[in-house]
Amino acid sequence: MFSELLNNLINNTLDKGLDYFSAELWLSGTIVVMLLMRLFSIDRLVPTFIVGLIGAAAAGWCSFGQFADLIAANDPVSVSFFGGMLRQDLFSVFFRIFLSLFLILTIALTVLTGIPDNEDAPDFYTLLFGATIGMMLMASANNLLMLFLGVEMASVPSYVMVGFLKGRKASSEASLKYVVYGAGAAGVMLYGISLVAGILGTGDMTLLADRIRVVAEGGTAGLGDPEVRTVALGVMLVMVGLAFKLSLVPFHFWCPDAFEGASAEVAGFLSVASKAGAFALLVRFCVGLSGVPETANLMTAFGVGLGVIAIITTTYGNLAAYTQNNLKRLLAYSTIAHAGYMLMAVAAMLVMLNSDQAAGLGKAINYSIGGLLYYLAVYMFMNLGAFAVIALVRNYTFNEDIDSFKGLISQSPALCITMLVCVFSLIGIPPFGGFFAKLMIFASVYQAAQIHWAMYVVLAAGAVNTIFSLFYYVRILKAMFLEERPANVKSVPLPAMEGYYVVVLAVMVALLGFLPQLVNGLSSIANEAGNAVLLVIGG
Amino acid sequence: MNPDVLLSAIIFLPALGALLLAFMDSRAVSQIRAVALGFTVATFVLTLLLWGQFKYGEAGMQMLVVKEWIPTWNVFYRLGVDGISLPLVILTSLVTMLAAVASWSINKQHKGYFILFLLLETGMLGVFLSLDFFLFFVFWEVMLLPMYFLIGVWGGPRREYAAIKFFLYTLIGGVLMLIAMLMFYFNSGGTTDSFNLIELAKAAAGTSETLTSTLSPNLQITAFVLLFIGFAIKLPAFPFHTWLPDAHVEAPTPISMILAGVLLKLGGYGIIRVAFPLCPYGAYYAAYALVGIGVFSIIYGAFAALAQTDFKRLVAYSSVSHMGYVLIGLGVWKIGEATGKTVNPDMWLMGINGAMFQMIAHGVSSAGMFFMVGVIYDRVHHRDLNQFGGLMGRMPLYSGLAAGLFFAGLGLPGLCGFIGEIFVVLSAWNYSPTLAIVAASGVILTAGYILWAMQRVYMGSEYKGPHSEDITPINGRELTVASVLLAFAIILGVFPGILFDMMQSSTGALVDSMQLGYEKAAATLNELQAMR
Repeated sequence: MFSELLNNLINNTLDKGLDYFSAELWLSGTIVVMLLMRLFSIDRLVPTFIVGLIGAAAAGWCSFGQFADLIAANDPVSVSFFGGMLRQDLFSVFFRIFLSLFLILTIALTVLTGIPDNEDAPDFYTLLFGATIGMMLMASANNLLMLFLGVEMASVPSYVMVGFLKGRKASSEASLKYVVYGAGAAGVMLYGISLVAGILGTGDMTLLADRIRVVAEGGTAGLGDPEVRTVALGVMLVMVGLAFKLSLVPFHFWCPDAFEGASAEVAGFLSVASKAGAFALLVRFCVGLSGVPETANLMTAFGVGLGVIAIITTTYGNLAAYTQNNLKRLLAYSTIAHAGYMLMAVAAMLVMLNSDQAAGLGKAINYSIGGLLYYLAVYMFMNLGAFAVIALVRNYTFNEDIDSFKGLISQSPALCITMLVCVFSLIGIPPFGGFFAKLMIFASVYQAAQIHWAMYVVLAAGAVNTIFSLFYYVRILKAMFLEERPANVKSVPLPAMEGYYVVVLAVMVALLGFLPQLVNGLSSIANEAGNAVLLVIGG
Repeated sequence: MNPDVLLSAIIFLPALGALLLAFMDSRAVSQIRAVALGFTVATFVLTLLLWGQFKYGEAGMQMLVVKEWIPTWNVFYRLGVDGISLPLVILTSLVTMLAAVASWSINKQHKGYFILFLLLETGMLGVFLSLDFFLFFVFWEVMLLPMYFLIGVWGGPRREYAAIKFFLYTLIGGVLMLIAMLMFYFNSGGTTDSFNLIELAKAAAGTSETLTSTLSPNLQITAFVLLFIGFAIKLPAFPFHTWLPDAHVEAPTPISMILAGVLLKLGGYGIIRVAFPLCPYGAYYAAYALVGIGVFSIIYGAFAALAQTDFKRLVAYSSVSHMGYVLIGLGVWKIGEATGKTVNPDMWLMGINGAMFQMIAHGVSSAGMFFMVGVIYDRVHHRDLNQFGGLMGRMPLYSGLAAGLFFAGLGLPGLCGFIGEIFVVLSAWNYSPTLAIVAASGVILTAGYILWAMQRVYMGSEYKGPHSEDITPINGRELTVASVLLAFAIILGVFPGILFDMMQSSTGALVDSMQLGYEKAAATLNELQAMR
């Protein structure tokens, strides 16, 4: 009996588990190689970043192979592996490719900006890779245990990376704030997980909704039922942990401080990759809780609640950003605001998924998750582009304030035009990618509004916030393009290689807004990934 | 030329020019100017070719270009031209070409200026030619970026304030339009949701074969209000006009010409092309408000213009006043309560034709007025009306041309401004004699501020203001721009038929489809009432 179980486990693992897990394995292997290289001083001969790039590219290649297999299959596939701990579907593969690509871009940026130096490179890249593995686990988590493990594995290296600029007080302070906040959020989340898993008797996220139906007495799961109430409390506590990762108001306080203290490269990485992982996890968690009629009312309320949090988060982020003078801090608030926009898509998904018309809304539900994924993909390029420009300018002026950007157009047009494209895309103006992403999210919120009126409020808030955000984004442009370069500011020579790097990002942002092959291809893949994550609905 | 190529070429030729300029040496100023001008001239020639291929008397869209763009969202690259858009396309390429000539007065960062200038032209032409709501919206917003920088970098002393104000107002309009766009998209009810403006309009009139449903009457009102605010900001109509005096005054002369000559027309065009046909019931519901806002804008703009001491600000407020006629002409739609039919549809058609004519006429005359203000500003570097005087003696040719253009703006018979105003006021009489009288009395105020301004600037014994020594006669380049505009003002004033022949079958079709749309919506409402 036991040996049979063991054999099954080994066979499953060897047959498919290892294959599904190959991207993560490649990254882990790269970490080991990088550390060993330092041990034997090979890193003096071969720069560490080359190993890192190879490892990230290999992970991306494996994920791409998995992607091709999944697309080639006629029916959408969703299988759990490693004993139900992780799940392999188009959704997790999408995030593996996304994160691998982002890892490559981040490594390339760090090479160009020279942070870290050669001495610290193995440490830095080890942390970077470790965090990425954690985010990949978040994207494919199928169990509450993996949810916690993924969040922690992504967070712990992030704490260190924020404090990586040794000897800088602000950096250490930021790191400490991040750790304390993160530890608190993790503790609360773990408590929530124990409540949910304790009452429902399973950690498998796909079974949650079904189990709630079992424990609920009577026809519907209402809050009057003590067990349902406990589960709801647990879900809320888990949400605290996720909200911390997503920097949703009121769990956002670490974000501006951490971004200001961290180097711009790290801030760029955290603002995109860790958000992506956390959104993947949130979607999986929410889907796991939905899909049985008994929980529909509760989950609709949950969706509307997320919508309210989204409204508060975007509004707060956009208004608070206005008074910032440090660009990293400004972009930190912008990140908070964008997390709010993306959360609107999740709220819309939950409202539609739990309505009685869910069957007819299949496409709309897919599209809401697709909109979120498209937004993340565009966000990767536009936010990294903005942070890259800040990092590159910092290397010359040793300053990250808006004032150091004054009149930059006269010295390095490539950086300014990249910033222009990124900022317009962040506002959501066509023909840049940010517009199309925002349109997809607004469209799904509009469709959700046909189910529940509250989503009209969310839509209006999204529209109003687009206008709010104009003010502080345009401050950056105004400084760069409309003002004279002050005489006492250090000059920023036109960088060659750096210029190419940022222009590639800008071109991607622009093409994601109008090139048919790219827009259509990516949005249909994103929609299919949205379909894949819904396969497990209702157990 | 093959229409597929021609329409796309008209839109993207200026953008191609911008791309070419990007690779030029920024110190080669005269070459940059020449290339930029060359591309605007080429675009103008292409629009004349378009006119040549245009078939008169055909009501629907001509030279359709349909290409798949983003199939997941059923977005198409869909272009076409009809009698409503053709005059505006030609006006755009003409005014832009003349503005390019006027751009010789730009004296810094020439390369950046002309790149943005050409991108702006692409955006404007794209709006007039696109027939897919998504594409329309994209081009609409594409104009934001160049305009923000053209005002913000090359503008006057308060340029930053004016630029952000323009940006903000337009973005608000854009966001409202975006929400309306989603409403149409998700309620189009065919086999797939659609952004196709033509089919959406047919669906609203109940004649579409592919789209089965349309907005309910109540939603039509919501959508119309959203769209109307978006377009009224551009038009501009009171109370959404406050960006205009700032933007027009701070913008450099050629950009003021484009703002007044073309950008304001986008608002009117948006109402005719999108807001009206897509929500006929909403349009009818709001018709009285439209006329009221129009009348109020006329009077308010005229009084505001009377109070100005800045020459350019006066011309800017005259735009608010003149564009009020456009709203009146569009809004004079009366439905007989007993019959459910339009009362005197011919009068309403006349109003729409008048509004269209007013848009073109204003495009010519206000571009000319702004240019004339720019010419004198380049010399004496101030615009204070009380410090001018006696220019007639110092610059006789300039003053003569300016008088012609200002009279065109005033609406003197024989010049272009007259036709639009008289058509609109006549059609308004059918709608509400009171409002027609008020609107007509606006003409007196208009005459007041224009004649008074001319008296203060051109008449008088001698010029007493600063920089008197710099007053030189008008040069050849300026003469070209001014005389071309004046020639158009006279031709349109004497032969208004040129424009009316072009547009009347399309506007006629619009009136018919609006009537059908109203009947459809009224029937739906009756059904709903019967069910209750």
